[in-house]
Amino acid sequence: MAFIEISDLRKIYGQHEVLKGIDLEVERHQVVSLIGASGSGKSTLLRCLNALEPINGGQISIDGDVVSGPGVDQNLLRRKVGMVFQSFNLFPHLSVEENIMAGPMRLLGETREAARDQARALLDRVQLGHRAEYYPDQLSGGQQQRVAIVRAIAMRPEALLLDEITSALDPELVAEVLNIVRDLAQDGMTMFLATHEMQFAREVSDMVVFLEQGRLLEKGPPEQIFGNPTEPRTRQFLKQIIEAGRL
Amino acid sequence: MAQLDPSKLSPAPPSLGLALGALLVAVGGLVGIAIIGGAVRAGVTDPGLHGVATVAFYMAIAAGAVTLWLATRALTQSLQSGTEAARNDVLAARASAAKSRDGSMVVFGLTLALIIAFFLAQMIFFNDGKIQKTFLRWDLMTESAADVARAFLVNLKLALIAQVLVMIVGLFLAVARLTPGKAGAPVRMMAIAYIDLFRAVPAIIVLYLIGFGLPMTGLPLISKVSSQWFAIIALTLTYSAYVAEIYRSGIDSIHPSQWSAARSLGFSFAQTMRWFILPQAIRIVIPPLLGAFIALQKDTSLVNVIGTMDAFNQAKFYASANFNLSSVLVVAVLFVIITIPQTRFVDWMLERSLEKRKRG
Repeated sequence: MAFIEISDLRKIYGQHEVLKGIDLEVERHQVVSLIGASGSGKSTLLRCLNALEPINGGQISIDGDVVSGPGVDQNLLRRKVGMVFQSFNLFPHLSVEENIMAGPMRLLGETREAARDQARALLDRVQLGHRAEYYPDQLSGGQQQRVAIVRAIAMRPEALLLDEITSALDPELVAEVLNIVRDLAQDGMTMFLATHEMQFAREVSDMVVFLEQGRLLEKGPPEQIFGNPTEPRTRQFLKQIIEAGRL
Repeated sequence: MAQLDPSKLSPAPPSLGLALGALLVAVGGLVGIAIIGGAVRAGVTDPGLHGVATVAFYMAIAAGAVTLWLATRALTQSLQSGTEAARNDVLAARASAAKSRDGSMVVFGLTLALIIAFFLAQMIFFNDGKIQKTFLRWDLMTESAADVARAFLVNLKLALIAQVLVMIVGLFLAVARLTPGKAGAPVRMMAIAYIDLFRAVPAIIVLYLIGFGLPMTGLPLISKVSSQWFAIIALTLTYSAYVAEIYRSGIDSIHPSQWSAARSLGFSFAQTMRWFILPQAIRIVIPPLLGAFIALQKDTSLVNVIGTMDAFNQAKFYASANFNLSSVLVVAVLFVIITIPQTRFVDWMLERSLEKRKRG
């Protein structure tokens, strides 16, 4: 049985069916890139995976345990599946290290000292050790996003969901964030990336998934999806990306 | 650009008409002040008040003289602009005209303010100081001041205790109103009903019902407390409804992405509220919260309807004994003294948070 199994996942907002039956299996340590146009359902799929959105049909299981449906401890699930957002969403009233320490201290029961040591160590890893006592509004977008990634991995999740984490960044700040994702991939973190960074997706992914209007149209290793896609719609999408100079 | 061609330069703006207008207004103001002020002053018989009226009169004359001087200067500048234009120095003419126009506008503004202030002051003196004798009898004010100020401590005490209670009850109500889910529905309904009810009923009615009603019920404990506590209970009931709405607006103003971020880490609804939403929301609502507190302070003067001996009630004793309202004016002054620094403080905080948001 695969580490994460999604079967016939459906999500409906009012009259609009955003996800129309997604099936996907992901092994531990795999990096999965979700590509597709805006509104294709990438973000919704990620938000369903850690129960930020209730699902309307289908089933999600992680490590053999069904984590969708009634009676699931969603708070526990979310500790295991971390998430990083497009707009960083750091807590503005807390310093950088307090942002990172909050979860481990209040949810994992770690002491303040242990949580701070871990936060400092992680910040050093992303070259932000000197910003531990700053507040989010004193950081650049790239720095904020690096802190947000650290905040998620400080909970030692088993999987990480990255929701277009470079889309709100100025172009020159994208690389510093992607470098961290690359490191995490090398460390074997299981990751889902909703992304428009095709070059990066191609480089870092084990599997690329093309979503189109709530359906999983095509999936496969990056060489296949980017090099020789079978679906005409995928080909058209990638052609547009190339014409825009983004691949 | 070596040589300017004066024929290509657009001319200086007109300034002479404005300057003449300013001169006219300044002269008119000064003459008006002299005639009216002189007449009112002559009608004041009380020697003390006559002295005050004289000082006010000469101050007004002096201020009028200043506007007249400014008007003259504007006129000079305007004439100078004309001379400069005549010898083709257009840029200098423009500068002089601009100075003159600014000066003229200042004269208009100053004269308007002066006339309003002058007439307000004259109201105290006119008709042989009738208004002064009704509201501003210095002897009665000093006579009552000590007692009124002592009673004002009751107002402050009521306000402080009620403010603390309101802060707690209001927060409780706001969170109750935001309780999620099916299970929270009855709690939400209760909170909404409470808030609607106590925002609808005037504070003075609540005060009256509590202050006279509770003792009549003869209930143990609750009917035995002092009238001050009835006042505190009534003010807390009313103001916690307002403050609950202030808190709620603050909580609502926190972006949903903050909820997503906290929930995605594994924090429950209650934990998210406690650690991430409320700390941000409370910071945002401090200025409107202080605004509500200022209103509460002022409403402590309503307690006289249930016989609590506060500053207003005390002042009313003096007022009816002397058939004169000067003692009540002392209460007004005391409220002004404690309120204005607070309103300034709130404005300062609002400005600062606005600037912070602009920078952020």
